[in-house]
Amino acid sequence: MRILVAVKRVPITGGKMVLTGDAQALETKHLGFTISPHEECAVEEAVRIGEAEGGEVVVLTLGPPEAEEQIRDCMAIGADRGILLETQGEEWDAQATAAAIVEAIRAEEPFDLLLFGNESADAGGYQVGIRVAHALGLPVVNGLKKIELRDGGVRCERDVGGARDVYEAPLPALLTVLEGLNLPRYPSVPGKLRAKQKPLDRKAVSPPAAQLEKIRLVVPEGQGEQAEILGEGAGAAPRVVELLQELGVA
Amino acid sequence: MNPLSTERGSAAREPKGASGVRVVVIGGGIVGNSLSGWLTELGWTDVVQLDKGPFPNPGGSTGHASNFIFPVDHSKEMTQLTLESMRQYREAGTLHECGGIEVARTEERMEELRRRMASAKSWGVEDCRLVTPAEIKELVPFVDESILLGGFYTPSVAVVDSLRFGTVMRERAQEKGAQILANTEVEGIDVEDGRVCRVRTTRGEFDADIVVIACGVWSPRIAQMAGASIPLTPAVHQMIDVGPVPRFLDSKTAVDYPIVRDMDTNMYERQDGQGLEVGSYAHRPILHEPDEIPSIEESALTPTELPFTQEDFELQLEHALELVPEVLGDESVGIKYAINGLLSLTPDGLPLLGETPEVKGLWSAAAVWVKEGPGVGKSVAEWMVHGEPEIDLQSSDIARFYPEQRTPQHVKGRAAEGFNKTYGIVHPGEQWESNRGVRVSPFYEREKALDAVFFEAAAWERPHWYESNAPLVGEYGIGPREHEWDARWWSPIINAEHLAMRERAAMFDLTAFCVFDVVGPGALDCVQTVAARQMNVPNGRVIYTPVLAPGGGFKSDLTIMRMADDRFRVVTGGAHGMADMKWFADHCEPDAHIEDHTSAHCTVGLWGPRARDILSSITSDDVSNEGFPFATWKVVDVDGMDVLASRISYVGDLGWELYVPFEQGAKLWDAVWEAGRPHGVVPAGIGVYGTTGRLEKAYRAFGFELDQDYDVVEADMAWWKVKSEDFVGKEAHLAAREREPAAVCSTLSLTGNKRFPLGREPIVREDGSPLVDAKGRRSYVTSAGAGPSLGKYLLMTYLPPGDHGQLCVQYMEELYPVTVEVLGSRPPFDPDNERIRS
Repeated sequence: MRILVAVKRVPITGGKMVLTGDAQALETKHLGFTISPHEECAVEEAVRIGEAEGGEVVVLTLGPPEAEEQIRDCMAIGADRGILLETQGEEWDAQATAAAIVEAIRAEEPFDLLLFGNESADAGGYQVGIRVAHALGLPVVNGLKKIELRDGGVRCERDVGGARDVYEAPLPALLTVLEGLNLPRYPSVPGKLRAKQKPLDRKAVSPPAAQLEKIRLVVPEGQGEQAEILGEGAGAAPRVVELLQELGVA
Repeated sequence: MNPLSTERGSAAREPKGASGVRVVVIGGGIVGNSLSGWLTELGWTDVVQLDKGPFPNPGGSTGHASNFIFPVDHSKEMTQLTLESMRQYREAGTLHECGGIEVARTEERMEELRRRMASAKSWGVEDCRLVTPAEIKELVPFVDESILLGGFYTPSVAVVDSLRFGTVMRERAQEKGAQILANTEVEGIDVEDGRVCRVRTTRGEFDADIVVIACGVWSPRIAQMAGASIPLTPAVHQMIDVGPVPRFLDSKTAVDYPIVRDMDTNMYERQDGQGLEVGSYAHRPILHEPDEIPSIEESALTPTELPFTQEDFELQLEHALELVPEVLGDESVGIKYAINGLLSLTPDGLPLLGETPEVKGLWSAAAVWVKEGPGVGKSVAEWMVHGEPEIDLQSSDIARFYPEQRTPQHVKGRAAEGFNKTYGIVHPGEQWESNRGVRVSPFYEREKALDAVFFEAAAWERPHWYESNAPLVGEYGIGPREHEWDARWWSPIINAEHLAMRERAAMFDLTAFCVFDVVGPGALDCVQTVAARQMNVPNGRVIYTPVLAPGGGFKSDLTIMRMADDRFRVVTGGAHGMADMKWFADHCEPDAHIEDHTSAHCTVGLWGPRARDILSSITSDDVSNEGFPFATWKVVDVDGMDVLASRISYVGDLGWELYVPFEQGAKLWDAVWEAGRPHGVVPAGIGVYGTTGRLEKAYRAFGFELDQDYDVVEADMAWWKVKSEDFVGKEAHLAAREREPAAVCSTLSLTGNKRFPLGREPIVREDGSPLVDAKGRRSYVTSAGAGPSLGKYLLMTYLPPGDHGQLCVQYMEELYPVTVEVLGSRPPFDPDNERIRS
C-alpha cells in the first residue's frame, strides 16, 4: 500500500494575529510553525494504515525550504519519505498549488490512497484536494471522520448534522479528512532521531504566471478579545452553571 | 482586593503607611511577589505592586520555570541566597524535597564534583556525598549508569511551587495593606532632580518614593523609561516534556526520583508527574531583545514561552537518550510540550540588585532565578528598609558595572559566552574571551612588547605576568605545578617576578584602579561619614581605611589621599570601584560631589628595595625616607611631568604608586623602565600584586577576606583609637571592639604537598569535621597563593578561637595538613614592616 499525505506549513496562531506592514501576510517573527490539526489526523491515519497493511507513507508539501521541519515532524511519527516542492516563500493559490502537486504525484509511482486535510489552517480554500483528485481522475470524498479499508476499496464516514453519511470508493482514491478522525500520537525521541535520516526529495517549483491576486489581509473583528470574569469565589458558581447550560455542555 | 479585580489605581497619592515611604514594585513574578511580601513584613506597608499580566502567572519566566533547586554553588553569596529561599519555600509549604544528582561522564567532571563537595562543606550544605554509578542507578533506576563515572548527590535538592509561593507572598502583602494590580502596564516612570517620583500606568499614575523593577526579561525596557540601564539580556533555555512514562504512572508525588543534572552535556532530566522534563543549556546561545518580546495578546502560550526551534535541540536529544534510554527510548513516550523559554542572563552571571546608580530611588531586582527569588526578595527589602541586607549582596550589586560593561555588545557577548557555562567547569581564574581589549592603559603597547599575559579586571586589560620574564624562572629555580588544574591560569613566572621584586624592584600597571575625588565644602563630612578611620588629617597624607556597612561588616577597603581642605582622592580596586563610588556619592549631599578620574589617570606601581634608587634617578625631588615618609603623597617632577607619587604598598616593599594624566603614561613608563634597568627592575603582573606579594604580608582583600559577614576586629584590622566623629557602622564597630571575636583572620601554610588549593576550600579538623564559629560561620580558604620569599604556600582563613588539633584543608576530597603561620594580621613576611618603612 502506497499512501501519500499532503500537508502545509502554517503559523501557530494561539494569540492575537498581527499582520505585516503591507497587510500581505501574517507577522510570523514570534510564531512557531506546524501543520493543521486535520493534516495531523491525515498523517496519523496514513501511518496507522501503513503499520497495518505494510507499504510506504510519503509526505508531500509545497512551501518554503523551512517546510522541511514539518515533513520531519511527520516522519517522526512514522512517515517514511518526504517530498518538498520548494517555493520562494510566497503564498500560492489553490489552483497553482494543486497543479504543482499533481505534477509531483504523476512523477511518482502510483499511490493507492491520497490523504489531504479538508482545508488548510491559514488560507482555508477547501480546494486543493478536490482539484488534485479531479486532475488525476480519482474519486474524492471530503470532510471525513472515519476511514476503513475494506475489500480492496475504502469505506468512509462524514458527519452530517447528528447523522453520518457513509461512502464507499474504489482505490486509488483521494480523501480529505477532519480533526477528530483519530487521536494523533506525539512524536517519540527515537522517532525524532529516525526522522533525521529519512529520505527527502526537494524539487524547486515556480508559480505559474496567472494567479489570483491577493489585495490584502484583514484581521476579523473580535480578535484578541479578553477573557470575561464571571465572578469571584463561590458567588460565581450560578453564573458558571448558567453558562455551561447555554453552551449545552451541562 | 482580589488580584484579578479590575479596580483602578488611584491617581492621587494614598495615605502613607507607617513608614512614610511609598514603594511601587513593578513585576509579579517570583521576585516582585517575594519583595512585596517582605517589604510589608518589615513594616513598609505602602506598597503598590503591579504587573501587565494576570495573576498568578503574568507570563514571565517564573511561569515556565523548572522550579528545581540545587543549593550548592561555588559562590558563597548565591548559596546563601538559595538556602534562604529554600527555607522560605519550605515554610510556606511549597517545597518538596526529592534529592538531586549531578552526574559525571568524564574524569574532569569528577574533579569538578569533588570541588563541589568542598563548596558544600564551606557553605554548610549538609549531607552531600559523592555516589558511584551503582548508587546512582539505585536512586534513579531509569538512567544508564554504564556511561557514568559517578555523581554528586544532594539529598536536599527540591522542587518548589514558585507560583503558589508568589501567591502566598502577594496575599500576605495585601493583608498588610499593599495594593496589588494585575493587567496593569507601565507606560512611563517620571524622574525629577535625579530621583524617581511617579509611575504612569494603564490604570493611572502612582506617586512613589521608591520604584523597584522586578520585571525579569523586560527589566531593561522598563529601566530605560527612567533613564537607567539594567544590563541583562533575555536568552533562550530550551526544554521539552515527554510522557506518559510507564514507570511514573504509579508515582505518589510529582517527583518521586532525584533530579539528574547531566553536567557534561549541559542538560537536566527531571520527573514531572507522569512525564519527564528535559532541559538544556547546551544549545547555541539564542539572545533576544527586551523590546522584541511578543505581547501577552500576541503570544500563543505566554510571552516568555517562545516557539521551539528543534534544530537547536537535536544533539541534546541524542545526549538525553544516552542517559535515560528507558524513558526516551520508549516509542510510546511522546514529546508533548517543547518551548524556547526566556530567562535573564547578565554579563557575569549574577543578579542585578540594589538602587541603580543613575536614578535615586529606582531599584533593580532583576536577573534572579526561582532558586534565589525569595532570598532576593527578603534581602532587597532589608536593604531598603534597614540600609543593609542580612546576606552580603556585594557581587550582585547593580552598581558594580562600569559604562563599558553596560554596552549591548558587552552584555550580549558575555551572556552568550556564559550561557554554555551554566553547568560548566569554570576554573576560579578563568578569563572571558568575548569583548576583550575594551579598556587598555597607556602602557599597553609596552606590555605587549614584553609578552604580557593579560587578565581582565573591570573591563581593563592587565598583565598577570610577563612571558619575557621566563628566564627568571630558571634563575630562581621555580618549579612547575604538576597538576594541570592547579597550574591553569597560572605561571611559575609569577613567583619569579615576585622574587625579583623582593630582591631588586618591579613595576606594575595599576591603571585599573578606580580613582575619584570627593570635592566641595562638604567633602570632609562625606569621607568622615564613609571611612571608618580619621580623615581629618593634614593635606599630603594617605590613609588606608575600612569602609563599613551599617552592621559593622565590610562595605569596602580603600585608600584616601587628602589633596586639599576640600578635596579627597579615593583610590580603590577596579572590581568594586563603581559600587564604592556610588556609596560615596550617596553620602555627598548637600555640599560635596564626586569627580571620576578613573579614565583620566594611569598608574605605575614601583616597589622593591631598589625603588628609591630608581625614582631618585629620575627626579630631583626629595624621595628620602625623611623627605617622603610612608603613607604620604606628593607631586614630584619626572622629566617635566608632574607625577603624583603616593608612598604606600600592597606588596610589602618600599615604593610608590605613580600617577600621571593618561596622555603622559607612556612617557612615565619609559622613564621608570629606563631608570630601572641598571637596577634590575622587572615588569611584574597582578599575579604578584594581588596574590603573592599581598599574601606574604597578610593584606586582606575585599571580596575575599573582607565582606559584610566579618567585622574589623575579626579581620584583625582594628586600629588603636576610634575617631570621635560619626561614621557608618560606628555603633556596631564599637560593640565589636568590646567582645571577643568569634573568629580571627589568620594565615596558614601548606608545605611539601603537590596540590595547590585555589580558594574557598573548607578548613577542617583532622577527622574532616568543619570548623564552625560561635556565629555559625564555617572556616574556609578566603585566599590562596604562593609565598615565594617564604618558600611556603599560603592560605588565609578565619579561625575560631581554641585548639582544634591538626588543621587540614580539604581539596579535591583529600585532606592536606596545614600549619597556622600567624593568628591575626601580623605579616608572615617582614613582620615589622621594615621594608615598606625603610
